Amino acid sequence: MTAGETSPVLEIRDLTKSFGPVSVLKGVTFSLGPGVILGLAGENGAGKSTLAKCISSQYRPDSGTIRVNGSCFTVPQEFTLIPTLRVYENIFLGRELSRYGFLKKKAMILRAQALLNKVGCTVPPRKMVSDLNVAEKQKIEIAKAFLDRSKLLILDEPTTVLNRMETETLFQILREFREQGGSVIYISHKLEEVRTICDRIVVLRDGVLVADEASGDLSAEEIARRMVGRNLTRIFPPKRPADPGTDEVLRCENVSSGREVLDVSFSLKKGEILGLAGLAGAGRTELAETICGFRRRSGGRIVLNGTAITRPTPDRMLRAGLSYLPEDRQRTAILPDFTLADNLTLSSLSRYTSWGFIREKRCREAAARYMERFRIRAASPDERLGNLSGGNQQKTVIARGLDSSPSVFIFDEPTRGVDVGARGEIYEFIHALAESGVSCLFISSDLEEIIGCCARVLVMREGRIRGELSGDDVNEERIMFLATGVK
Amino acid sequence: MTEVKTMKSERIRRILSYVGGPYMALAVLFLVCACSSDVFLKPDNLLNILRQVSYSGLIALGMTFVIVSGGIDLSVGSLFALCGVCSLLSIRNFTPVQPVAGMSPELCGLLLGGAVCVLTGVIGGLLNGSAVVFGRVPPFIATLGTYSIFRSLALYLADSGTVSTENYTSEPFRPANELLTKIGECEVFGMSLPGLMLIVLTVVLGVLLARTAFGRHVCAVGSSERVARFAGIRTGQVRFLTYVIIGLCVGVSAFLAAGRLGSVSSTNAGLFYELDAIAAVIIGGASMSGGRGTLAGTLAGVLILGILSNILDMWGVAATLQGLVKGLVIIVSVLIQKKG
Repeated sequence: MTAGETSPVLEIRDLTKSFGPVSVLKGVTFSLGPGVILGLAGENGAGKSTLAKCISSQYRPDSGTIRVNGSCFTVPQEFTLIPTLRVYENIFLGRELSRYGFLKKKAMILRAQALLNKVGCTVPPRKMVSDLNVAEKQKIEIAKAFLDRSKLLILDEPTTVLNRMETETLFQILREFREQGGSVIYISHKLEEVRTICDRIVVLRDGVLVADEASGDLSAEEIARRMVGRNLTRIFPPKRPADPGTDEVLRCENVSSGREVLDVSFSLKKGEILGLAGLAGAGRTELAETICGFRRRSGGRIVLNGTAITRPTPDRMLRAGLSYLPEDRQRTAILPDFTLADNLTLSSLSRYTSWGFIREKRCREAAARYMERFRIRAASPDERLGNLSGGNQQKTVIARGLDSSPSVFIFDEPTRGVDVGARGEIYEFIHALAESGVSCLFISSDLEEIIGCCARVLVMREGRIRGELSGDDVNEERIMFLATGVK
Repeated sequence: MTEVKTMKSERIRRILSYVGGPYMALAVLFLVCACSSDVFLKPDNLLNILRQVSYSGLIALGMTFVIVSGGIDLSVGSLFALCGVCSLLSIRNFTPVQPVAGMSPELCGLLLGGAVCVLTGVIGGLLNGSAVVFGRVPPFIATLGTYSIFRSLALYLADSGTVSTENYTSEPFRPANELLTKIGECEVFGMSLPGLMLIVLTVVLGVLLARTAFGRHVCAVGSSERVARFAGIRTGQVRFLTYVIIGLCVGVSAFLAAGRLGSVSSTNAGLFYELDAIAAVIIGGASMSGGRGTLAGTLAGVLILGILSNILDMWGVAATLQGLVKGLVIIVSVLIQKKG
């Protein structure tokens, strides 16, 4: 790829991007010539999707340059097809062929048919998108790229929704695209796949480009090692012993829910911090939601404090002593228009009432106590929660969970969208909680914090628990290998 | 100490930001009316306005709960008619001839009518709540359905006509009916009973919404049902109860109206009450998407609509054009609230 030989399709120089205080990309530089499939690997949160969104100009970079030669098309993780429209209508959405304002339906159907043939899709153009399966939908997204005559195709985790056969077909399409001089950026967690399909592999870690080599020169193990690396910037409290007591607090027996959670069994001891690792889409959040009663359980048994919970709902589980810190704070955990005090007491309001009336003073006093204990920085308990920073919001939600005196606390990505300072505090709180006898299930995509906090770790992949690690086995490579399925 | 003070003032400011707008509008309207007409300020006129708005106003109080919880109830006008019809029919058919438990027959008949009226309202609310919560039918659709069902039942029971107290003069209905009319006409502290009821219920329900755990849960569910569920709130139960509350309000309102008019028309009673009630709640500063709203605001909305219709009459604006003014007021009030 020497300069001057062929003009590159994509050139990125010193790209940086941050969201608030969190910097996601820190000076990324690489270029991509025509007819190359480039693998983009990295942990969750390493900046892969952000990089893709910068290239397709969905995000504005803070500094640095991106030059795209020709047009670029992204097939996102979540498809953007409109289910109530037909296949050809979706392909031509926003680019409809028309004459004098009237749609040229026949011409569009013919063109759509040609494009569908090209991507090896046998679906008739008039079919409704809602009737298609995911593999077919993905092909239609790719057909849209062909309609635009894109020179650069970005695929974000394209195979998480595909089976082996469908994956093979996708690879075939991509190789044909390469033959015609198109370039592909292929983002994936599945390292073996990346090695199979890609000519070149770029690895991101914490927003920094740490490897850029031909795929033949990198083994899957080497990629995994580069992905996790070593980063000693964060300090964790001293680890607690793997098995602090023999008292079992929570036990799951063969718990299943739909296709997302399959046959999961584990047990959680009193005062333990049990890690639950895995890649995005491995079913960790779904498992947590099943345990806390938000998702319907299709099989298995959940035993909390010695009692089997037959029909769990979030309120029953809460009263039985289980608190849950949801992954998606904005959508599931906070009411931004409510005050800090009102948010904090939401789960345990009955503690603050007498004769049915809320004692506002007691609420505010309790909130003030938690603000001091958790160092929540806000002007007063009456401040709108939406005005606070992510870290302070997160601490408020943790305080809410604690206020109902749980025996089990499930933390789902507790430090996501939280600045570095507050992260350390959150680790401390979790340890203090475990110290006081509360059992914690710690779900995170951030391997470093899992390793830093948990003496025992479960690893999930494709809805199942693939292994349990403890002691010295809790390290990046072991977890990554279990999570990606690389032997 | 200063911190406590700022906390208090912050709180007052927040409450004002919810209710201030509607009351400011009410004050302005009141001033304009007082200046432009010398009859307007006469106590009789003011009390009359209060009475006129109280029937749909009582329903608006219940509607506040439903809207704040993120729902809507279109069936209230029809339910109002059904309650009235059931109530008068039961007085007509089941008033005892002999005293029961030491109560005179007419009193028994009256109590029976009141109980039937309120009960019908509550049952209507239970049906709406069941459809929305257990059937998972969107509130708009569920109550659109019962809107048709309740009106149809009222028409059927009353043979598409008017159930009146006057046509039945034989014992023992007559005294019961007279008593009912007395209730409708009765005045307490110089105020009509429905008007007094409106104010009392505003206070009671206002406390329920703003000061109890249930009220807080209603707001939380309306803000985000997902967040509320994850916080361990029984969201189904909360939403169900809001429909029962509005049903209860409809029942009370229908009984007072039946007493006032001495009859219930199955075709006309409660017509467009759902729209008046929703309009009052929105003018009162509640958010149509739920999570925000106060009973005090709704009362202001109710009064604004009442005063408006009163002054338009006095100014001699054609009755046919009054709907236009009302519609403009609703849209403008929402526009102003969006800016604020």
